[in-house]
Amino acid sequence: MKFSNVIATGGEWLRGEGPHHQIVISSRVRLARNLRHRPFPGWAKKLERTQILELIKPRVEELPEMQDSFSEMLQDLSALEKQVLVERHLISREHAAKSVGSAVVMNRRQTLSIMVNEEDHLRMQSIRSGLQLKNAFKLVDKVDSTLEGKLDFAYDSRLGYLTACPTNVGTGMRASAMLHLPGLVLSEMINQVIQAVNKIGLAVRGLYGEGTEAMGNLFQISNQTTLGEKEEEIISRLSKVIETIIEKEHDARQMLIQKKSNTLWDQIGRAYGVLTFAHAMTSKEALNLLSIIKLGVDLGAFPEDRRLPIDELFIDTQPAHLQKSSQQKLNAEERDELRARIIRDRLRVFPKPDISKVARESAGNGSASAPQNNE
Amino acid sequence: MLCDVCKCNDAAVFLTQILEGKMQKVNLCDACSKEKGVQDPTGFALADLLLGIGAAEEIEKGAPTQKCGVCGFTQADFKKTGRLGCSACYITFSEGLGSLLKAMHKGTEHVGKLPERAYREIELSDRVRTLTENLRKAVAEENYETAASLRDQIKQLGTDVASHS
Repeated sequence: MKFSNVIATGGEWLRGEGPHHQIVISSRVRLARNLRHRPFPGWAKKLERTQILELIKPRVEELPEMQDSFSEMLQDLSALEKQVLVERHLISREHAAKSVGSAVVMNRRQTLSIMVNEEDHLRMQSIRSGLQLKNAFKLVDKVDSTLEGKLDFAYDSRLGYLTACPTNVGTGMRASAMLHLPGLVLSEMINQVIQAVNKIGLAVRGLYGEGTEAMGNLFQISNQTTLGEKEEEIISRLSKVIETIIEKEHDARQMLIQKKSNTLWDQIGRAYGVLTFAHAMTSKEALNLLSIIKLGVDLGAFPEDRRLPIDELFIDTQPAHLQKSSQQKLNAEERDELRARIIRDRLRVFPKPDISKVARESAGNGSASAPQNNE
Repeated sequence: MLCDVCKCNDAAVFLTQILEGKMQKVNLCDACSKEKGVQDPTGFALADLLLGIGAAEEIEKGAPTQKCGVCGFTQADFKKTGRLGCSACYITFSEGLGSLLKAMHKGTEHVGKLPERAYREIELSDRVRTLTENLRKAVAEENYETAASLRDQIKQLGTDVASHS
């Protein structure tokens, strides 16, 4: 599969069909594995890294899950292509900085991506739409079980899987979900939630920026520890906490509708106005305004069939995606102009926000995943 | 206030994280904060950073001149990168790592998945242990015929283990 094919298709998680997809954008689970007695990538010399890569890459490519896959050495990808993969969460920023001796292999649906010689010899990641941590884990777990028969993984009966960084030792697993929480941010309850979650050993951080400063009201929640707890336990604990946050987010939205409705309609109206008519827009402004429009779709102010175009804009307006679509390198000013144009074009067919729809539907019939209003 | 990493520039970035009631603070200069990826919240964990600073000191307490026999990694390298050199480093630096892992994680022992091969090895080593115990008894009872047979079985299992790893 060619890189242009990767660009052309959005990836399964982006279509947003998973459970609780209004609030949970995506679920990810990654496993870190290393070969026994081989230097970790950060310590290995170039030749050793290449040898390790040659051992691992063919085994990864022959996986049944990797039929019709995209597989590339990092040195054969341009800086822009790497950045596109980062913006789609298919490789890490750290991996994008790698060159000779590192590779990435991913399946066509973009649900499975395997980085070779990132910080560890193998970083296997599954990404799914909505709250599907269990399914994401099932997929990487299966891939891991296949690979362990062909590769000699480093482990210790007491410490579990051995990783380059001691923070990953044990399960080598990091499970995370990306959440869209505009209700909690607008009602100024987000910091309380973050603090509460941090207290129980899970990490919450803004996807781009911290706390109330988080751009696009997007937050990532993940497990912090990897030793002393089973994979399934970590995932079920994390899932339960996420379900609670989803409830809190729905409550916050209800509260806004009932008590601060004018502020809410004002925000949605302004976001719609600026996005429809602006001629220059930074990435930060775009994310923040798109977040409010997405909230508007959730609440019924915009028709449901407008959800996908908005979700796609979150990715398509990122710097590397913009430059890839325009086929040229752009400076910041040119990017802001192009970003505004793309958004205007897509919003041209967007109806004006219809507040009357919200009032009717918020009484309980909002969506399948929304809890019923208690009052 | 000086940067906790390079200890030469003035700190400009101040980070605080409260995790399970424990507060951790770290102060960084501009250059180090960029290098450590603080500006990129998706890839940044305060624990990782603190690890690079505090952990090396932990390990130094263990044995200052230790070097990994497999990959040549030293504690000084760990101080620099916050990462280990290879899987054998976990044995080489086990003394210092022990308390570090305890502070960092929920438990000190792995309870999750292991490769199938690991289970076979654990089974084998359990059998060797039982046989060795029986051998000791047989010798004590001067039952040399049994002892010889047990010794051969242990030897055989030993080569099985070797061929697996």
